[in-house]
Amino acid sequence: MTDTKAPIIQIRNVSKRFGKVTAVDNISLDILAGEFFVLLGPSGCGKTTLLRMIAGFEMPTEGQIIIDGQDMSLVPPNKRPVNMVFQSYAVFPHMNVTDNVGYGLRIAGVGKNEIKDRVAEALELVKLGGFEDRMPDQMSGGQRQRVALARSLVMRPKVLLLDEPLSALDAKLRAQMQFELSDLQDKVGITFVTVTHDQDEALSMASRVAVINKGEVAQLAAPSDLYEYPANRFVADFVGSVNIFEGKLTLDEPDKAAVDCPGLGKVYLNHGVTGPHGADVWVALRPEKIYLHVPGEGKAIRAAAQDAPDGHNLARGTIKGMSYLGDITLYEIQLEGGQIIRVSRPNLSRHDQEDFTWDDKVSMHWRADSPVVLLS
Amino acid sequence: MALFRSTPIAPLEYTRKLWMRSWVGLTMLFLYAPLLVLMIFSFNDSKRNVVWKGFTLKYYEKALNNDSLVEALVNSLTIAFLATVISLIIGALAAVMLWRFRFPFKGLVEGTMSLPIIVPEICLGVAFLIFFAKVDWPTDLPWPLNLSAITIAHITFCFPFVAMVVRARLASFNKEEEEAAKDLGATEWQAFRDVLLPHIKPGLVAGALLAFTLSLDDFVITFFTSGPDTITFPVKVYSMVRFSVTPEVNAASTILILLTVILTFIALKLQGVKGIAETH
Repeated sequence: MTDTKAPIIQIRNVSKRFGKVTAVDNISLDILAGEFFVLLGPSGCGKTTLLRMIAGFEMPTEGQIIIDGQDMSLVPPNKRPVNMVFQSYAVFPHMNVTDNVGYGLRIAGVGKNEIKDRVAEALELVKLGGFEDRMPDQMSGGQRQRVALARSLVMRPKVLLLDEPLSALDAKLRAQMQFELSDLQDKVGITFVTVTHDQDEALSMASRVAVINKGEVAQLAAPSDLYEYPANRFVADFVGSVNIFEGKLTLDEPDKAAVDCPGLGKVYLNHGVTGPHGADVWVALRPEKIYLHVPGEGKAIRAAAQDAPDGHNLARGTIKGMSYLGDITLYEIQLEGGQIIRVSRPNLSRHDQEDFTWDDKVSMHWRADSPVVLLS
Repeated sequence: MALFRSTPIAPLEYTRKLWMRSWVGLTMLFLYAPLLVLMIFSFNDSKRNVVWKGFTLKYYEKALNNDSLVEALVNSLTIAFLATVISLIIGALAAVMLWRFRFPFKGLVEGTMSLPIIVPEICLGVAFLIFFAKVDWPTDLPWPLNLSAITIAHITFCFPFVAMVVRARLASFNKEEEEAAKDLGATEWQAFRDVLLPHIKPGLVAGALLAFTLSLDDFVITFFTSGPDTITFPVKVYSMVRFSVTPEVNAASTILILLTVILTFIALKLQGVKGIAETH
């Protein structure tokens, strides 16, 4: 087995320009052997171009891609130790499942009996046993995707590349496939590199995520770090839902900090942020980390005081919008300063959503470790 | 009773509407009545092809014993076969080139390629007559080389049709399939053979059928490029008709119709139901 800490793919200062458009701008990152790596970003951010450069379908304008210690600059796609599952699955329509899955092995000149065994094994792995003689047009999208997966896995690549693997599936199937893909990756131990624009997909499957924006890496981190400790406004906003307030850093000590936000009031933190004093910063606050209270009750103040002894993280507003989503209810609350803040609240009991309604005056509080201060 | 209970005709059930049925019937009649008459009168026991006098097969015998007519038919089939094969290769390659690559003056190349389709046949015929005379194309070659001039002319107007049909088929090709083949280790040629070729096969069959029939029944261009020893079937029939329309001509034409129908049938069989299903 390969060492799980060693980088299997090294991307070194890679840029790709199409005419005047820069799709990938000087990206350097290492993908470790055995990990489930996700390239996440909005459409047109260059993530697919990066994946296609790893597969060999695009050549970098500048920089170098090293796979398993070998420089890939002059290696064509059919000679690379990687295989790809395409967004359209690209299952060969005129071949049945067996022939589709066995195609790469036939090209490689593997013996008939070995092909038979390995195809059966791969089909078993993707739970397509019994589908051997089916033609692609007799299968659903999800099944065709499994054929594409088996067709790649049967080659035993060092790295499996997946281009938007779940985008064409319906919501239920997508959730199921997220689990199955993680499970599969665990089983075969191959490094997976996936491209997606869907943050849920990235968070649920990845061991590490590189968020790409405008051809550059905005942040590279584990899913929970990405969500709880975003490095900048782009990541905070793109991954999950967030309230962002502009403010000035007025206090910054090792164990506490405060930001003065004109829209929200003073925000206290129980840790330092090591930013320049008096600088313009942004405070990011996730909707689910804000507690809602009916005003007038001392409960809110007491709760806030308990969570933030150095200064109460409190705000007041009026409910201007509500959307009931079943598991949670999302509130849009107009603060006293006029800005809108979004708060989500789990519906723990059947009648929870009746507690608050339009035009209700409410108070909010959050813990001193909830806000994230962003310097850019 | 329940079996014969008729449901009311739904708004889109055109096939059950009288006016639609009669329209289809009229169309069929218009298309096929002349051909049917031609075939029926090939069995007519009369020198003149106007009144039905009785059934006979003697004109088939006569046609098949008419050496010059048989020779013309063999010439026509040979030319059609050669022209089809070569048009298929040139046309398919041209289509793939225009589909895959970007190059300077691509629009111009595309335009000039379809020129043989739009230029009036008479002009092409005259052009070929002058061209072959100018280059002193040898006319006294042994068979089948003496058919080369006509074959070249036929390829010229056949291959753009092949290219057009194949190009249309290529438009529906998912390029990721070709990339997938290469990703799995296939070379450029293997990917072409295993993925692209099967996809364009229905286009190739359709293009071949088009080229074959176009070549087989071409009169105008052939008339200008054929010599005394290279008479084709349409040219021969034309010269026979100038004297009188005998049932012999009918018999020969019926044989030709039969031949093309059989060929079409085989081609469609080759393409298979699967090929048609894949077109979606």
